[in-house]
Amino acid sequence: MNMQSQVISVEAQVIAIIAEQAVLDVADVTPGQSLDSLGIDSLGLVETIFAIEEAFDISVPFNANEPSESPFDLGSVASIVAAVEGLIAQKAA
Amino acid sequence: MRRVVITGAGTVNALACDVAATYAAFAEGRCGIGALDVRDLDRLGVQIGGQVRDWDAEARFSRQQITLYDRFTQFTLTAATQAISQSGLQFDGDLGDDSGVVLGTAAGGVNTWDDSYRAVYAEDKNRVHPFVVPRLMNSAAASHVAMQFGLRGPSFSVSTACASSNHAMGLAFQAIRGGGAKVMVTGGSESMLCFGGIKAWEGLRVMSQTACRPFSLNRSGMVQGEGAAVFVFEELDHARARGAEILAEVIGFAMTSDASDIVMPSQEGAARAIRLALRDAKVAPDAVGYINAHGTGTAANDKTECAAIAQVFGAAAERVMISSTKSMHGHLIGGTGAVELLACLMALQQGVIAPTIGYEVADPECPLDVVPNQARQAAVDVVMSNAFAFGGLNAVLVLRKAA
Repeated sequence: MNMQSQVISVEAQVIAIIAEQAVLDVADVTPGQSLDSLGIDSLGLVETIFAIEEAFDISVPFNANEPSESPFDLGSVASIVAAVEGLIAQKAA
Repeated sequence: MRRVVITGAGTVNALACDVAATYAAFAEGRCGIGALDVRDLDRLGVQIGGQVRDWDAEARFSRQQITLYDRFTQFTLTAATQAISQSGLQFDGDLGDDSGVVLGTAAGGVNTWDDSYRAVYAEDKNRVHPFVVPRLMNSAAASHVAMQFGLRGPSFSVSTACASSNHAMGLAFQAIRGGGAKVMVTGGSESMLCFGGIKAWEGLRVMSQTACRPFSLNRSGMVQGEGAAVFVFEELDHARARGAEILAEVIGFAMTSDASDIVMPSQEGAARAIRLALRDAKVAPDAVGYINAHGTGTAANDKTECAAIAQVFGAAAERVMISSTKSMHGHLIGGTGAVELLACLMALQQGVIAPTIGYEVADPECPLDVVPNQARQAAVDVVMSNAFAFGGLNAVLVLRKAA
């Protein structure tokens, strides 16, 4: 992980990734929003997951065929941040 | 049967990024082959190629598009946009249902394969970008052209090694002639000039390290190129009804298979394709003024091709002009027939025959008029374009000057 990511919070980084994918300003992405409401489609979703995996060096459990089965809660920006924090903690453990 | 004409053309190749400048380069006999600029060049034995220089994808496509477009798709979309713009066609409503796209490529998204293998094998990464599959698939370019222009008719990609584009254009011709479509966007693209793509070709030991010299006794092999050419093929009556400018008429096509060897060409297979294409076009050999040869600059191809032409043309072989423009733009593999069709269009439209450059020493086994080194002014009415691929897959097109 680079120096920058050590000082920027997980939430800020996840929001930056989602904002880039949604072609929005970071300020327009709030924790309560869903990816759907941000206009991120199914291809955008797999790109978002890829970007998250790259940024945090984690592996996100997600199969596009059964998104509801994923232990990774994609319901909102906040739930994604929580899930990423969980995966980072698992990796550290 | 319906007649088929060409009403638009576009290209990106080592000589230029449009048709007009490519014609100018052909007329000057300019060489687009030079030192390659690719990663790990120092580990390559072949260091020259017909590379598209200064390609600025960011200036042509959005970030989101680039994540989905391999280089071969970028070349295709650029050429297709030029061709469709020249044709003046809009594919709204019923015309979109009656129009398709068929494109040739031997290997599709080679750069995407190369980058992704590098990531997982050389850089020990455990994941690749999620769009690797839709980027690298051979049909990606055809799908993106269909999506961008609303072409909802017969659409697919053709992969027959170095004959891919000629097969694609032949099938486009047949689709319109047989009533299966009114307009077909067709041609082909290739982009193999990356470490893995060049390394693979090195293995065959047919590549030149100096220049592509088709038909010249001191030839040293083929030189790879990259790029695309795309054409709008249109039913003659449809083009006339809307007052479109007609660049040329496609009058014949034939394909044969040698059924003999995976790399060595056969005189008989090539000769049959040439003979059947002339029969399909209903023209005699002496009507043909110019042949754009497959002309790879390998000993195997050049001798076989000249013998096949002599066999079919008989006495007319002494008069017909033959050139290989691969000497200028390199061998675009699956895209090569498409770029070479531009030399055929230039001959018909402008009466300028593109030369075979790099020609230094006459080869007694290639005793034909190969238009050495300098373009020639000559009015021709009928032209032919040959493609003879590895694996013995042959495809020959015949075009006539627009009436």
